[in-house]
Amino acid sequence: MSSLGRRLSRPVGAAPAALLQGLPRLPWLWALAGVVALLFAAVLGVLVGPVHISLGAVVRTLLAPIPWFGTAGSVDPGQASILWSLRIPRVVLGAIVGGMLATAGAAYQGVFRNPLADPYLLGAAAGANLGATLAIAFAPGSSLIGVNVVPLAGFVGAALAVAGAYALGRTVTGLRNTTGLILAGVAIAAFFNAIQTYIQQSQTNSIRQVYSWILGRLVTAGWDGVLLVLPYVVISVFVILLHRRLLDALSVGDEEVTSLGISARRVRLIVVVAATLGTAAVVAIAGTIAFVGIIIPHTVRLLVGRSYRVVIPLSLLFGASFLVLADTAARTVAAPAELPIGVITAFVGAPFFIVVMRSTRAAAL
Amino acid sequence: MRMHHIRRPAVAAIGIALMACGANSSSTSSTSVTAHFPVTIAESGGASVTISKQPHRIVSLSPTATEMLFAIGAGAQVVAVDDQSNYPANAPMTKLSGFQPNIEAIAAYTPDLVVASDDTGGLVHGLGALNIPILIEPAAKNLDESYKQIEQLGAATGDVEGATSVEKKMRSDLATIVASIPKPTKQLKVYHELDDTYYSATSATFIGQVYALLSLKNIADGATAAAPDYPQLSAEYIVSSSPDLIVLADTKCCHQDLSTVSARPGWSSIAAVKSAQVIGVDDDIASRWGPRVVDFLRTIAPHVKQLELQAA
Repeated sequence: MSSLGRRLSRPVGAAPAALLQGLPRLPWLWALAGVVALLFAAVLGVLVGPVHISLGAVVRTLLAPIPWFGTAGSVDPGQASILWSLRIPRVVLGAIVGGMLATAGAAYQGVFRNPLADPYLLGAAAGANLGATLAIAFAPGSSLIGVNVVPLAGFVGAALAVAGAYALGRTVTGLRNTTGLILAGVAIAAFFNAIQTYIQQSQTNSIRQVYSWILGRLVTAGWDGVLLVLPYVVISVFVILLHRRLLDALSVGDEEVTSLGISARRVRLIVVVAATLGTAAVVAIAGTIAFVGIIIPHTVRLLVGRSYRVVIPLSLLFGASFLVLADTAARTVAAPAELPIGVITAFVGAPFFIVVMRSTRAAAL
Repeated sequence: MRMHHIRRPAVAAIGIALMACGANSSSTSSTSVTAHFPVTIAESGGASVTISKQPHRIVSLSPTATEMLFAIGAGAQVVAVDDQSNYPANAPMTKLSGFQPNIEAIAAYTPDLVVASDDTGGLVHGLGALNIPILIEPAAKNLDESYKQIEQLGAATGDVEGATSVEKKMRSDLATIVASIPKPTKQLKVYHELDDTYYSATSATFIGQVYALLSLKNIADGATAAAPDYPQLSAEYIVSSSPDLIVLADTKCCHQDLSTVSARPGWSSIAAVKSAQVIGVDDDIASRWGPRVVDFLRTIAPHVKQLELQAA
């Protein structure tokens, strides 16, 4: 535990000067743009929804709990309930999920030196789906200390899948370290998918709930979901942020990290564990949302720069903004019906990403 | 055993050939009252199927068709039903799947008629190659389509009288229930829930038509532009619509009930939750279009009646 602490503190406190030279710091203008984008997305997300609530009513409702601004008499309790129990927690959860997935995606791309790496590369999604399917099929409707057992099982499944892939990948010799890991992840994901599909087919009574779980559950989000994921996401993002300089070193090569007197394998393990912890929590609540973990980090790389000191914090901000906007579209475009958020993220995200790719130097990837 | 299997298609082929001659001379239709074989049934999709002689080895891959077959008195002619056909209890349930049908496994029962709700997995083509007649009875969109399917199954199985009496009983039972409910002073709103991520059914569906019988306003109809049949509704919309009645057709799949619905964020302000008019129904009954629709209406009716009386 204490050795882990030392490893963690090292990149922040005692990074050698050589590593800092020639690498850009976080450009403050872009950081500001990220914050503004997130604020804009959040304000828009709170203002628009399938139920029309006027700007004035939203402002009055939001100010009501504050002692001096509150004019409680003019607040409609129905609108207040929609804002506070449905719309705002969904915006907050969207920001957490988007920020986490983009950050984890960036971290995975750094660790594996692979532009196609996403947070589900080592089987997190397959593991979460298997865990949730097992819970739905064999322990329906049960809960553990007041919490529905399904997201817990999803979380455990995701963590186990990645742990399995990591353990398996380490035993592979003769390949580059990361290649062995990626292949192990692919194998684990395929294996877990096979079991999941088998259970799903043999337990057809639970098929509907399994599908709706896999498709994502931002639709039913509330504050309990926010509280459930927040601790894991905070720890995960904090650890990844601490390692952003080492991810820069790792992107050059394992030798670069080793020359700093730090084990590359250790860095990889810590970052993978941190990213998995956050991804597992997010997948357990929101289901698998593809694409965010890939396009956000790459858009940041193309527009700003490829140093992880830039990519990690900006991915966090723009990932959060992007998913809040996508979810706002998901619940308003076809209102009062919902569109699957994955449709929005891919439909809007893919063309946007192509435009960014064409208008910048793709070599930046 | 092996011999039996090999000879069967040959026998069936002869039967089809004979039937083809017969079909030309006497044109039978699905509306014929007396059952004489061969009989040709025009499916709703435009195709038609000809059954050469009264079937005695029926395989049903559709839970609704199974319920209809047993209701009209053709149960004794059914040799196997799919893994979802859980009603009636004496239906010969097997591991056959209607979602991913296995032609070989179906053929192993040497059926002389197969009934299914969809032509999935090359079912029609595969059984056609084996000269096994297959009747597709897809999800009905209203009660008339349901009655038509009962008539068709009556004609296909030779149990025409049984089919007629089932249809008659359904019609009169439904009329009695509807008549028992007082004329509404104001239209009541209903939310029909298919799963716990708020998928619902509009009036364009069979279950939606059942609510229309009771003159209820279905809140899912607000979302028909996006999804005409089964939209996923926003929680905000459901809460602000504040339905007077919530019908949970996800009691088996997703274990929903009044307490889980009340615990959802923001739902405590919904009229139906406040007055505890949250009705759990059997998922299966609510998702099938067979004779048990009467049971469904019987479950809902007292609640509607109570609400109407309160409003009056």
